[in-house]
Amino acid sequence: MQVLTINGQRRELDVDPDMPLLWAIRDVLELTGTKFGCGQALCGACTVMVDGMPARSCQTSVGDAAGKPIVTIEGVDGKVAQAVQAAWIKLDVPQCGYCQSGQIISAVGLLSQNRKPNDDEIDAAMSGNLCRCATYHRIRGAIHEAARMLEA
Amino acid sequence: MSRRRFLLAAAAIGGGLAVGFRAAPAEAAATAAPAAAATNPFAAYLRIAPDNTVTVLSAHMDMGQGIYHGTATLVAEELGAAWEQMRAEGGWGNPKLYGNLAWGGTMQGTGGSSGTFSSFDRYRQAGAAARMMLVAAAAKAWSVPAAEIKVDKGVVSHASGRKASFGDLAAAAAAMPVPADVTLKASDAWTLIGNETLPRIDSREKSTGRQTFTIDVKLPGLLTAVMIHPPVFGAKVKSFDAAKAKAIKGVVDVVAIHRGVAVVADTMWSALKGREAVTVVWDETGAETRSTAEIMASYRELAAKPGATVAENRGDVDGAFAGAAKVIEARYEFPYLAHAALEPLNAVARRNADGTIEIWGGHQMPDLYQMIAAKVADTTPDKIVLHVMKTGGGFGRRAVFDADVVAEAVAVGRAIGWKAPVKVQWTREDDMRGGRYRPAYVHALKAGLDKDGRIVAWSNRIVGQSIMKGTAFEAMVTNGVDPTSVEGSAHLPYAMPNRRVELTTTDVGVPVLWWRAVGSTHTAYAVETFLDELAAAAGRDPVEFRLDMLQGSPRHAAVLKMAAEKAGWGAPLPAGRFRGVAVAESFGTVVAQVAELTVGKAGAIKVERVVCAVDCGTAVNPDMIRAQIEGGIGFGLGAILKSKLTLDKGRVVEGNFDGYEVLRIEDMPKVEVHILASNAKPTGVGEPGVPPIGPAVANAYAKATGKRIRALPFAQSLNT
Repeated sequence: MQVLTINGQRRELDVDPDMPLLWAIRDVLELTGTKFGCGQALCGACTVMVDGMPARSCQTSVGDAAGKPIVTIEGVDGKVAQAVQAAWIKLDVPQCGYCQSGQIISAVGLLSQNRKPNDDEIDAAMSGNLCRCATYHRIRGAIHEAARMLEA
Repeated sequence: MSRRRFLLAAAAIGGGLAVGFRAAPAEAAATAAPAAAATNPFAAYLRIAPDNTVTVLSAHMDMGQGIYHGTATLVAEELGAAWEQMRAEGGWGNPKLYGNLAWGGTMQGTGGSSGTFSSFDRYRQAGAAARMMLVAAAAKAWSVPAAEIKVDKGVVSHASGRKASFGDLAAAAAAMPVPADVTLKASDAWTLIGNETLPRIDSREKSTGRQTFTIDVKLPGLLTAVMIHPPVFGAKVKSFDAAKAKAIKGVVDVVAIHRGVAVVADTMWSALKGREAVTVVWDETGAETRSTAEIMASYRELAAKPGATVAENRGDVDGAFAGAAKVIEARYEFPYLAHAALEPLNAVARRNADGTIEIWGGHQMPDLYQMIAAKVADTTPDKIVLHVMKTGGGFGRRAVFDADVVAEAVAVGRAIGWKAPVKVQWTREDDMRGGRYRPAYVHALKAGLDKDGRIVAWSNRIVGQSIMKGTAFEAMVTNGVDPTSVEGSAHLPYAMPNRRVELTTTDVGVPVLWWRAVGSTHTAYAVETFLDELAAAAGRDPVEFRLDMLQGSPRHAAVLKMAAEKAGWGAPLPAGRFRGVAVAESFGTVVAQVAELTVGKAGAIKVERVVCAVDCGTAVNPDMIRAQIEGGIGFGLGAILKSKLTLDKGRVVEGNFDGYEVLRIEDMPKVEVHILASNAKPTGVGEPGVPPIGPAVANAYAKATGKRIRALPFAQSLNT
C-alpha cells in the first residue's frame, strides 16, 4: 500500500512503488487534468508540483513521491496560481489545451521563484514544456501578465 | 483537402476496411447541397437547455483550431444570444446536415482549413431560424405580433414588459414551423462576428485542467489496451506468446487484431508492463524494408529525369530555356514528418446491452468511421454511436482512411467479447512509429532569366509519394497527378508565360498522410526560396521582384505589400539581423511573412520576429485567426529547423521528442499578425500560416550567410 498526499488529501493506493506517479494520478486517483505526452520527461505535459517544485510525473515513481506534498492542476491554488490561470484565460493562450496543465504548473513554479522573469528566464524555465500548437508566444505574454497582476 | 467533392458510398469495398468515399462529379454534388434554413435548427445545429445554455453542434471537430468557437460565434450572432451562454460540441451522424460544403456537402469531415468556409452560411442561417422560432413561440405565448418582439443578448422581450429567456421558450420554439427563408444580418450590424474581444469559448476549461479529451474518458470498469504494431510497415502477425504477460498483475488479456497485438489491462502502467513481456513473430513478406537514405537517393535519380506525369504545361518552356540569358537550377529535399500531436492517438469503445457500440475519439471523418466501426464490429452503422471528442492537437493525423485507432478500439472490444469498455492508448513511440507521415519529396527546379532579369522559363519536377493513390480518395488523382503533391507548385500566382510542373509518384510502403498545409509544406519552400535566389541573381529586391509578377494576383500582391510595410521592409536593421520574405496561398487563404533572424557565433539561427499579413476573407474571429497563424508559424518553423523522420531498413528510427525534435519556446519568435480587411466569404486559417515560414526564414538565412538551405531540416544541412 502506497500513501500519497495529493492536493492536500491523504490517499492510499494499492499499487507497486515503481508505478510512475503519472499513472497513479490518472488511472488510479482519476485526476485527469495531468496529461500523458511522452513518458520520458521530454514534453512536460505531465508536470505536477512535488514538494513545491515542478516535476515530471511520468518519470517520478509513486515510491519516490510518497510522503511529499503533490499538487496537480486540480489542486493548484494561491495567489501565483490564480494570477497565472487568470492571465492564461485573459490572453486566450490555449488552442488544443492538452499541454496547458503542465505549462501552467511550470509557470507557477517559475513565478514562485522569480516574480518578474524576463523573456530569457521564461524560455529557460518553460523549455521543457512542449506545445505542438506553438502557443509559446502567448505563454510568454501570459507569464508577463501574471507577473504584472502579482505586482499590482 | 481543398475544394474537393466527395460522395459517400454506403457499401464497404471487398473484404478490407476501405470504405467508399469517392470524388463526385460537380453536378451530383450540387444537388446534394443541404439547405440549412429549411432544416429545424433545434433538431440539427443547436440545443437550448432549460438552464439557458445554447449548445452548438459543430459539423467540424475541434483539434485546437477553434472551430467550436467559430460556429458558436456564427450561431450567436444571428440568434441574438449572449456570448456567455454559448457552448459547443461535435455533431455527427447525418451527412445531409453536417456534410462539408467545401467538399460538395455529402461527407462530414474536418480538414483542408474548410470549417469556417463550410459553416459561415449554414450556422448563421441556423441561428437566424432559431431566433425566428423563439420569437414565434413568444408571440404565441404573449398574444402579441412577432414583429413587436425583440431579441437581445439572450433575452426575448416585448414593449409591454413581457420578457423570457431562451431556456423558457426553447421547448415551444422547437415545435414552431421552420421558416422557409431567413434574412441574415448585414455585416455592419454584426456585434460578435469580427469582435476583437470575444473570449475564447474554452479557455477556462483548458486553463484549469477541466477539458476532457479521449484519454480522460472515464467509464465503469474501463480497461486500457496498448498495441504492439508491426516493426516495419506491411508486416503481419505470424504468432505471439503472451503467457508471461498474462501472469503480470493487472493484465486482463492479450489479443491479436487486424492491426497487431493488443495488451489489455486495468491501467496503462499494467498494460505497458504486459507489453514488455509479449513476444511476437512477424511475417515481413512484402513489407517496406528500405532506409530513408536509399529512398531519397532513388528520388534524386528520378528528379534528374523527366517526370512521369505533367501537372501543368504552359507556353513553350523548352524554347524559352534555349533563349534564356541565364539558367539557374536547384534541388530541394524534404524529409518525412510526423504530426506528433501531444495527445497520442487513442479511442474508447463500449458495447451496450442494446447492441449499440459507443466510440469516443477525435472523429475527424465521422461517417467513414461509423461505417468502418460497424464493419469491424460486424454490425450495422446505425448501431454505432460516436462521441466526437476535442483532441490534443491533430494536424491532419486523425483524418485517416482506415480509421486506424478507432478501428483498433472496436476490434479489441470485440476480441475480448465486449466484457468491458476499452481504451486503446498509443504511447509516444507508437504514435511516432505508427506511420501516416508527411511524404518525403525531392524537387528539381530550373528557371531561365532574360537579360533584364525576368523569368522567361520555369520548370519544377516533383518526386514523392501520393497521399490519395491506393486509398478511397483515389478518384481525386487525375491523369496520374495527386493534387496534394503539386498544390503550391502548379498554377502559381506569378505571371510566368512558360512553365512546366512534372510529377513522378513513387511507390514506397511507408504510409503517408496530410500534414498541416499538406503539399504547400514542401512546394512553397521550394518555390519561394528559388524565387528569392532568382531575384538575387537578377539583382532585384525580392519584394519588388515578386510584385512585378503579381499584377494579375491582387490578393497576393496586397498581403505581400502589407507584410513588407508592417515589417519595415527596406528600413535598416540592427547589425547582425537579416530579413527574408515569402508569400503562399493555401486553401484559398493568402499569407505573406517577413522573418528576421540573427546567426550566432556557432552558426545557430535565432528567428527573432515574424511579421505576417493574411487575407482570409471576412475575419470571423480575429484573435482566433491570429492564434492560428502564430501557431502555424511555430509549427512550420519547428519542422524546417529540426524535424525529420528517418527509416533504417524499414524501421522508424525516431521514437520520442529526443530524436524527433520540434519547436520549443526558446525558438519561438515574436509574431505580429495583420489581417487584411475583406468582405469576401471567409476561408480557413488552420493551415495557411505554415507554408511561408520556412522559405521566409531560409531567405533571411541566405541574406545573412550567402548559403541556401536546400535539404531540410536546417539542423541537418548546417551539420553537414
